[in-house]
Amino acid sequence: MDARKEIEPTPMKNRTTVERKSERELVTTRTFNGPARIVFQAWTTPELFQRWWVPKSFGLTLLSYEADFRVGGRYRLVFSHPAAPEPVAFFGTYLEVTPHSRLVWTNEEGGESGQVTTVTFEERGGQTLLVVRDLYPSKEALDEAIASGATGALPEQFEQLDEILVSLGASA
Amino acid sequence: MVQYAWAGFDDSFAALSDATRRGVLEQLGRADASITDLAEKFHMTLTGMKKHVGVLEQAGLVTTEKVGRVRTCKLGRRRLEEEMAWIERYRQLWDARFDELDKVVEELKQKEKADGRKKRD
Repeated sequence: MDARKEIEPTPMKNRTTVERKSERELVTTRTFNGPARIVFQAWTTPELFQRWWVPKSFGLTLLSYEADFRVGGRYRLVFSHPAAPEPVAFFGTYLEVTPHSRLVWTNEEGGESGQVTTVTFEERGGQTLLVVRDLYPSKEALDEAIASGATGALPEQFEQLDEILVSLGASA
Repeated sequence: MVQYAWAGFDDSFAALSDATRRGVLEQLGRADASITDLAEKFHMTLTGMKKHVGVLEQAGLVTTEKVGRVRTCKLGRRRLEEEMAWIERYRQLWDARFDELDKVVEELKQKEKADGRKKRD
């Protein structure tokens, strides 16, 4: 009886949403056309992770990437960009690693105001709903991140680059 | 989107060039406050604080509302617009990442299918 065709896979691009859910929490969601097992694999296999974490369109070069996907394991990403005088490092520790369903890590490059990121992989009918939660230690820490223009994964030096991308996005 | 980011940019810049006014914005980011509260906090006369709040209000960074005899200050719409613009930039970063991740997921799916076929053969 149900005439709607929501279950059929659609060739349309899935939408990425971002919302400030509370004073200190940002939530990003996206659905992928594949099982959680595969999305998790693409996230936790360093050779695969490197292919998508630094989108080509951002003009960034990933100089090095190390990740030890175990509880207490560390990760470290080093980027360079022509506009940044020196390479910039992002690093932290994995607090939870639950295959195919959950990853939690700290972001320590920002010191004590750094957020804790939780990613959940929820499989629904062959598709995977990915939810990324960034929980900041305080409202002030999230406000500061916003005010500084740093987009969490991108350092402040790249703010201008971000601006350019916004204008490119707007004219596309 | 880009246009509104520039509209009033000069006002904002002038408003933010003063350390007290930046302090007031920071304070209001934590909680709304009356002009009297702010004057006390920044060791200023009521008249001096009124001037600062006036500049911030002009720039759209602060709004005020008078209830009874107390004028309460809170962060203005421009501040909220900045937050929305930031969230949109942040969203674009993740969206670009996830477009690439889509490709990796598709590739892995194809590979699994091919491997499955090989096994059956």
